[in-house]
Amino acid sequence: MAAESKTKYDRQLRIWGEQGQEALEKASICLLNCGPTGSEALKNLVLGGVGSITVVDGTKVEKHDLGNNFMLDEASLLQSKAKCVCAFLQELNDAVKAKFVEASPEALIEGNPLFFSSFTLVIATQLLETSLLKLDKICRQSNVKLLVARSYGLTGLVRISLKEHTVVESKPEHFVDDLRLQSPWPELKEFAKTIDLNEKDPIIHKHTPYVVVLIHIAEKWVDTHGGCLPTTRQEKKEFKDLIKAHMLDIDEENYKEAIESSYKVSIPHEISSQLHQIINDSAVEVNSASSDFWILVAALKEFIENEGAGEPPLEGSLPDMTSLTEFYVSLQKIYQAKAESDCRVMEHRVRTILKRIGREPDSISKSFIKNFCRNARKLTICRYRPIEDELSSPSVSELQKYMTDEEYSFSVSFYILLRAVDRFVANYNRFPGVFDNEIDDDISRLKTIAVGVLGDSGLHGSTLSDDLVNEMCRFGGGEIHAVAAFIGGVASQEAIKLITNQFVPLSGTLVFNGIDQKSQVLAL
Amino acid sequence: MENSFAEQGRWRDIDNLLSRPGNIVGPGFEPSPQLRQEIGEFARVLVVGAGGLGCELLKDLALSGFPNIDVIDMDTIEISNLNRQFLFRLQDVGKSKAEVAAKRVMERVSGVNITPHFCRIEDKEINFYNDFNIIVLGLDSIEARSYINSVACTFLEFDSEDNPIPETIKAMVDGGTEGFKGHARVILPGMTPCFECTIWLFPPQVKYPLCTLAETPRTPAHCIEYAHLIKWSEVHSGKAFDPDDPEHMQWVYTQALKRAELFGIAGVTYSLTQGVVKNIIPAIASTNAIISATCALEALKLVSGCSKTLSNYMTYNGVVGTHIKVADFVRETDCLVCGPGTLIDLDISTTLSQFIEILGQHPKLLVMKSSITHRGTNLYMQSPPILEEMTRPNLHLPLHELMGGVPDDTIHASGMAVRDGKKTSCLRKLRVKFKGLPDGTTEMGTTSVCKELEPDLN
Repeated sequence: MAAESKTKYDRQLRIWGEQGQEALEKASICLLNCGPTGSEALKNLVLGGVGSITVVDGTKVEKHDLGNNFMLDEASLLQSKAKCVCAFLQELNDAVKAKFVEASPEALIEGNPLFFSSFTLVIATQLLETSLLKLDKICRQSNVKLLVARSYGLTGLVRISLKEHTVVESKPEHFVDDLRLQSPWPELKEFAKTIDLNEKDPIIHKHTPYVVVLIHIAEKWVDTHGGCLPTTRQEKKEFKDLIKAHMLDIDEENYKEAIESSYKVSIPHEISSQLHQIINDSAVEVNSASSDFWILVAALKEFIENEGAGEPPLEGSLPDMTSLTEFYVSLQKIYQAKAESDCRVMEHRVRTILKRIGREPDSISKSFIKNFCRNARKLTICRYRPIEDELSSPSVSELQKYMTDEEYSFSVSFYILLRAVDRFVANYNRFPGVFDNEIDDDISRLKTIAVGVLGDSGLHGSTLSDDLVNEMCRFGGGEIHAVAAFIGGVASQEAIKLITNQFVPLSGTLVFNGIDQKSQVLAL
Repeated sequence: MENSFAEQGRWRDIDNLLSRPGNIVGPGFEPSPQLRQEIGEFARVLVVGAGGLGCELLKDLALSGFPNIDVIDMDTIEISNLNRQFLFRLQDVGKSKAEVAAKRVMERVSGVNITPHFCRIEDKEINFYNDFNIIVLGLDSIEARSYINSVACTFLEFDSEDNPIPETIKAMVDGGTEGFKGHARVILPGMTPCFECTIWLFPPQVKYPLCTLAETPRTPAHCIEYAHLIKWSEVHSGKAFDPDDPEHMQWVYTQALKRAELFGIAGVTYSLTQGVVKNIIPAIASTNAIISATCALEALKLVSGCSKTLSNYMTYNGVVGTHIKVADFVRETDCLVCGPGTLIDLDISTTLSQFIEILGQHPKLLVMKSSITHRGTNLYMQSPPILEEMTRPNLHLPLHELMGGVPDDTIHASGMAVRDGKKTSCLRKLRVKFKGLPDGTTEMGTTSVCKELEPDLN
């Protein structure tokens, strides 16, 4: 990467690294409708340095666009909106290839579905239900990721649609270190033995890493407890007391760390339920059409069942802990060596599988395998139902739960009302509440339609708050800039996660609640 | 004034919200087609910070119907800002953030007037901040937030029953981000917790024990901090380390690398060196956009009442899935900053200089080198020199006399306090009560409304 790019992107490279940046720079993004929601989403991605953008919008700039879209100014009036937005976005980052298509997204969806197949990701904004369902089918057929964003008055939503998204680097914030204290391997045990816990030299005593302290004390405990590690609350407390009894001084930081980390000795010797589910997924029966990810999972499954004896490859990193430098560095090398040896076993299994399914044995790089091993415990898979499936047969039990939960009631009501709005538009060819003198009529019309949506969703007899129906009409179909910037912001954050294959994207539909900010993710 | 009909068309979407009645709205919402214009005439907003959040905030507020905005920032534009601070271009590097940001937004959003202030927040007189109806914070440091918070809280007055007087509440909206995470909050001093009430929300900065750096380094960060904090001053006696000087940074990096090699520690890079030394917080455009938008919407709701407001702290976390949570924190009733003030009993003979000394020793306050203000009058100013000289004669006079002989009253002290081992500017409200007065007078004239400070929300 060029020095100037490195400096310019420094603050984000610290989050997703050069690999993440490379993925962004390869990505081509298509935006449908460039009102404020879409323009803001794209702005954030252009700043981050995506490869190319294509802005699709068939409208001309009107006066009201100047009140909510920063990409447009007085000089844009009556010009192509797509052209003006594209020109402003290009100004933000000349490394991005910016294009525009002056056409209505609906017309492209109807008449030119092949148009979408060349993109990495399509961001569809302010699209009505009928067009959205067609677009979803098109994108799924051509394996293009779809991100849906909608702003509507003080509400809106963001959702993702694609068959499957697999993540190696999910980067969770809180994850227990992979130390294997409950089952130390021979080299680790050997090293622990070289340090005597009864060491008289206070400097060495207070600089013995807690990993060593815990291995020693766990061994002692096992000897006196029929080969079992502490499991009950009482045993865990006694185990801590045993650690305390080894302290020479109450200020020994390493012993305090040992007490704090003592639970790591009792972590059950088994894989997480999430990982269990992944290695038992039907996709693990790989063939020549399988993705690299699933080939690695197939190898991982074999590893866990064989060499790993129930455990995935060791991660290999060691958290900082109070220690003499030489103890720490030696310990670090022991963890690294074990991780490397696990990785070699994995690599061998991967090559064998590749050969078996008729692929070139070297077609998956060593660095990919290494990265996979390092993150094996954190693998994540996201799958999304086709939008049509959710709309025609949502999870009624979840919907009912949300309807009766005070924390969710606004969000789920907005979800229903946004669908009702789309039906309203299909009936009346305009948004509810656009004319001041028809607001009262629109309120009862929208209410009737919403009752229909509830019924179709399996919620017969449920009602929505009149106040929210009223709010929906009050919005008059408007796109408030601050709401659009929020929705566009969320969409761009999700886009980054989808493109970089890092972190974990949104799992359901995020419904924005601009009234009291209690937005919720609905899983239907 | 622009053609109001055309302007109405332009602001169609926001006008729907401001002109139509609703049942889920804020207290005092009076919908009318003129509301946007009325807000435009009376509302003055101050944006503190013109960085990642500030750029977004200026855009969002300008497009939310606020035509009068001020922005304050002491920083100049750097290349590493360009991945998110969308108002700046490569050719702007080195210029004032506040000035360029104000100019760019005014160029694009006609009718909006933004006044930039290219200076430190402490450089402004306290009363500068009283001119605004609402203060929106787009900052990345605890110290700056704490300072603005204490300034806003000095305008707050309480009635005789210790209830906050609504007209004196200076509303604040605060945003913050780190990577994929962020927060937005509404602070109504006296009503909702102020920044200081919930200071525990901010984890203390990572600090390494000196003995680890000097004797048992284990991580690349230990080697870098050794070079930065210990080796630098050993080698460059008297020369201050400047994190913005690339030569200084290169020196620290080279030394850290040497030390890492000596101890067999891997992983020291130039980028990590910068990160550790400057305590760089990773930042991206999308998160700043999300948080700023939330803050701007809350600002609009606060001044117009067009919807309920956030009560009172929202967090956004997009690391694993997307999680938005709202917490309703409660005020610390005896908060040093937003409470009625720390009570200090004084003898009527206590002089101003003795009082200043008491503040430095008071266990709850520990404010050093205080300047003292009473009802807008400077009793003693540490700086600038000309004011110091003018107010110096007051030092040996009894405070009781300087305060006009009242039995008790509120007084403000601004000085330096130590937080996390760092000296920071602070502003404290104190309630001074005099002992040894003739009987009867102590019951009279407790807190009365301060005349110098006009009510700010109409």
